[in-house]
Amino acid sequence: MGTLGERTAVLGVGQTKYQSTRGDVSIAGLVREAALRALEDAACTWADVDAVVIGKAPDFFEGLMMPELFLADALGCVGKPILRVHTAGSVGGSTALVAASLIQGRIHRRVLTIGFEKQSESNATWALSLPQPFSVSINAGAGGYFSPIIRRYMARSGAPELIGCMVAFKDRQHALRNPYAHLQQPDLTFDQVVEAPMLWDPIRFSETCPSSDGACAMVLGDEEAGDAAEGPVAWVHGTAMRSEANNFPGRDEVSPQASRDCAAEVFAKAGITDPRSEIDVAEMYVPFSWYEPMWLESLGFAERDHGWRMVEDGSTNLDGGDLPVNCSGGVLSSNPIGASGMIRFAEAALQVRGMAGGHQVEGARRAFGHAYGGGAQYFAMWVVGADKP
Amino acid sequence: MVTVGSVDPAPLRAELVIEYPFTRTTGPVVGAFMTGLRDGRIVGSRRADGRVFVPTAEVDPETGDAITDIVEVSSAGVVETWTWVDPPRPGSPWKAPHGLALIRLDGADTPMLHGVLVDSVAEMSTGMRVEAIWRDERVGHITDLVGFAPEGADANVGLAPRENASAEGGAVAEEPVRSIRTPIRLEYDFIPSAAAQEYLRAYADKRILGNRSPVDGAVFVPPRGVDPRHGVEATEMVDLAHTGHVGNFCVTHLPIPGRNDLPTPYASAWIHLDGADIGFLGLVSGCDLDEVRIGMRVRAVWKSDDELEATAENVRYWEPTGEPDVPVEQAGNQAWSAKGFPNA
Amino acid sequence: MREVAVVSSAIHQVEALTFTTDVQLMVPLINEARDAVGLTQADIGFTCSGSSDFLAGQGFSFVQTLDAVGAFPPIAESHVEMDGAFALYEAWVKLQIGEVDTALVYSYGKSSPGSRRDVLAVQLDPYTVAPLWPDAHSVAALQARLLLESSAVTVEELAAIAVRSQRNAVGNPNALRASADVTVDDVLAGAVVADPLRATDLSAEADGGCAVVLAAGDRARSLCERPAWIRGIDHRIDAHGLGVRDLTLAPSAALAAGKAAERAGFAADAVDVAELHAASTAQAHVLAVAMGLGGTGSGNEVRIDPSGGSLAADTLMAAGLVRIAEAARCVSRGDADRALAHASSGPCLQQNLVCLLGGE
Repeated sequence: MGTLGERTAVLGVGQTKYQSTRGDVSIAGLVREAALRALEDAACTWADVDAVVIGKAPDFFEGLMMPELFLADALGCVGKPILRVHTAGSVGGSTALVAASLIQGRIHRRVLTIGFEKQSESNATWALSLPQPFSVSINAGAGGYFSPIIRRYMARSGAPELIGCMVAFKDRQHALRNPYAHLQQPDLTFDQVVEAPMLWDPIRFSETCPSSDGACAMVLGDEEAGDAAEGPVAWVHGTAMRSEANNFPGRDEVSPQASRDCAAEVFAKAGITDPRSEIDVAEMYVPFSWYEPMWLESLGFAERDHGWRMVEDGSTNLDGGDLPVNCSGGVLSSNPIGASGMIRFAEAALQVRGMAGGHQVEGARRAFGHAYGGGAQYFAMWVVGADKP
Repeated sequence: MVTVGSVDPAPLRAELVIEYPFTRTTGPVVGAFMTGLRDGRIVGSRRADGRVFVPTAEVDPETGDAITDIVEVSSAGVVETWTWVDPPRPGSPWKAPHGLALIRLDGADTPMLHGVLVDSVAEMSTGMRVEAIWRDERVGHITDLVGFAPEGADANVGLAPRENASAEGGAVAEEPVRSIRTPIRLEYDFIPSAAAQEYLRAYADKRILGNRSPVDGAVFVPPRGVDPRHGVEATEMVDLAHTGHVGNFCVTHLPIPGRNDLPTPYASAWIHLDGADIGFLGLVSGCDLDEVRIGMRVRAVWKSDDELEATAENVRYWEPTGEPDVPVEQAGNQAWSAKGFPNA
Repeated sequence: MREVAVVSSAIHQVEALTFTTDVQLMVPLINEARDAVGLTQADIGFTCSGSSDFLAGQGFSFVQTLDAVGAFPPIAESHVEMDGAFALYEAWVKLQIGEVDTALVYSYGKSSPGSRRDVLAVQLDPYTVAPLWPDAHSVAALQARLLLESSAVTVEELAAIAVRSQRNAVGNPNALRASADVTVDDVLAGAVVADPLRATDLSAEADGGCAVVLAAGDRARSLCERPAWIRGIDHRIDAHGLGVRDLTLAPSAALAAGKAAERAGFAADAVDVAELHAASTAQAHVLAVAMGLGGTGSGNEVRIDPSGGSLAADTLMAAGLVRIAEAARCVSRGDADRALAHASSGPCLQQNLVCLLGGE
């Protein structure tokens, strides 16, 4: 078992309230809000930060090319190193992993990492479907890409039709216990989820992620910083990244090999042989409801074709479930694309620090953070724990 | 007549335009600068030690601390460095050659970038004093400044002096500026690759081409010149049948921006042509939506001959052939293992 | 610190890649770099690339380019929306951890379909600067004028930098601007395109790509006869606003060079060759001064831009990685014992990376 290199701790987490438009701040204001909260949580100042790693999705969202250049001042980075990661939807996760590697590699002692998107400056659908000449334009959004894959899963597993709605309802219920979550729907009923208009059959409007502005930041530190922290820290037990080509003969799109390989590596590094029992809480990247049972299987929390049973029997519910999933409300409740992966990683850290507030899983000591992107081809994952590995 | 393997001297090309009217919310500090512009004033951020940044700066670059103090500076100052832009750049507010300079306004410690309105490069010099030329109607945007002109020279652009410019309505009583629009337009000369040129021209001849992998003969469509599993060139082109099956599909109820011709709901499917080993997206029509299923055999429905162009849009849609379905376990990406290759 | 070396590289730069996609460009380059050291993708521990969506006019453009690598079975891979030199930095960090021994780094840029000088305006402050569309040549010119008027350098000295680049570039198949007999007078006779810069003061815009293989310790020694060891590598960034910093200096370049030197045990002025990522002759001068390489190339010991540098061929998003590759080749060939490779990003040298390389 084990990850080589320096032990790495999450010293602080900062998030902004996710909402469709943050009309009260500039781009710098948005990222600083999350960064300052993370610094405060970590009892650090800008001067304590050795390097910054920032990640976000395509720059077309904000019409600002290579925003790390413009944001250097705002992130207290003048005279310091800054890197900008872009791995499509998984970017928030891979950004955290790049930041962690700076600590693991003993290059720096404290690193600020941040993911953000201010997609209200344009329009997410526009930015995700820029016209490409000589191509047939037939896909209305990411849902159009993923819904056929979901259909395959439904057919293969024999899952009941409403499993997706159960996931969506659960995540929106969880969101009510997370003041940062974008969608706050206290009056939402399960029937309303089921009766919502169909967007990409079988995905309904109610089973789709929102488009959000927001930022999420973490301060990572080395072992000495983790030991010296006054408050609780989360220790990184394992990290892994995998990518694969997205269209080739024989590809398993429902459970891509990159997903399985990535999970195998991160659990091996964390010394986990039975994820279902050894992981206390999971934050998985689920932008469309059915991806919860699909990822549960692909990651090894459930047997193939049986992930949906965990949804149906409440196993993934914060209340009463033995593997609560997306207690924060998940991507289904908040989706600033560049930050969403990092929110998963940060929420996992908050859980094992006991700092998840109203959506805390009692006694959580090991948590799993997950992000994916592209045509379900980029994966970034980490396992964090309350104890030093 | 398509000449396979060569590139036509007049290649297919298209203008790709990326444009959007970005709406940027400013927050209070950038907002103060924009509000100042709307009111015909230039303001800056004053740091605790007295250093004044113009334009306003939300953050002190030296410490990372916020700067909140806003002060007004003069709208006249000195050119610290300059260049000459001829012709003016597309998208810029200037339609004639102009100076572009870093101008340090009196009262400011940092220069700001803007245009200098003189008729020729000979009139530009470091150290020249310039003053702001304002638009009559201002909204709170950097272009509320038309530019800067030599101080004291006749404001020959014929605009009203700034103090009275906003007399109507009383700018002071208005709300601060909270957002600005900054449209961006970028143009690209999009020229498809040689393989894509060949593929598109073949479509004009009602032929669908795929790319065969040198490693194991897998056929990819559209041809991209590479086998993505192995990172090797795939140069061999093969003609594919116009029949195949639905490997996967979804029924979409959302309209696609720019496709008003496509009524919703519609079925888009991964079409696995006979002879190809991956699918591509196509529209399925000619049957009820609830008849569309994985494994359904389909064929291309082409536009009429006089409508054919070098585009995959020559195939209007894919319709059921009525043949027996491909079994689900052998449909789509599963077909590869049905051929005897291991599944991924 | 773990010893990491550049063990192979492949470069291709031309004026315009009209009928070649990014994928088709990178397939031969990636294969060349791996083949040179007998590695397949399965042998590569980590892959990292650099590119920009804005060049392609397509979001997520790097996703397609993954096809050039052969990403199946799945690979450990990441991407920065930056020059490949920063992707190399990320790969170097990964190798420091000790889990993997080899890395593949690649980057590419095809700016010819668009107007590069205007695209780069979108890097600037989106509220008060970018809406004025200050193009990259104009921005470089503002810096050049400050330099000239501060008497730090003369137009003749800048022209000499242009001459040095063109003469050095002779024989480099990846250079666009090469001439064995160009003179300062020739350069000064050229038209001014962005006052005070002439066309030959601005780097020659290229389309192209670069692939580099890194390896650690004994693995590097087993793959390559004379690895180019990365003795020190660091990068820093300055404030963004053009009016907020002194554009005649590049403090982040000086800082990065100093930090790299601490690791390397030798400073920038002790190298035999230096490859600079400059968008103009003025920037080349600023960098040489900032990093302590001497002035404008007359009579000092460091041979600057033996490949012609980025002035001879500047592939956006790859020029920095190309500098590292070119400098590493000097070491591996035995033409240099110590080399410096520099990469920059942002307007007027806002961000700088310095890589100090050495033979065994």
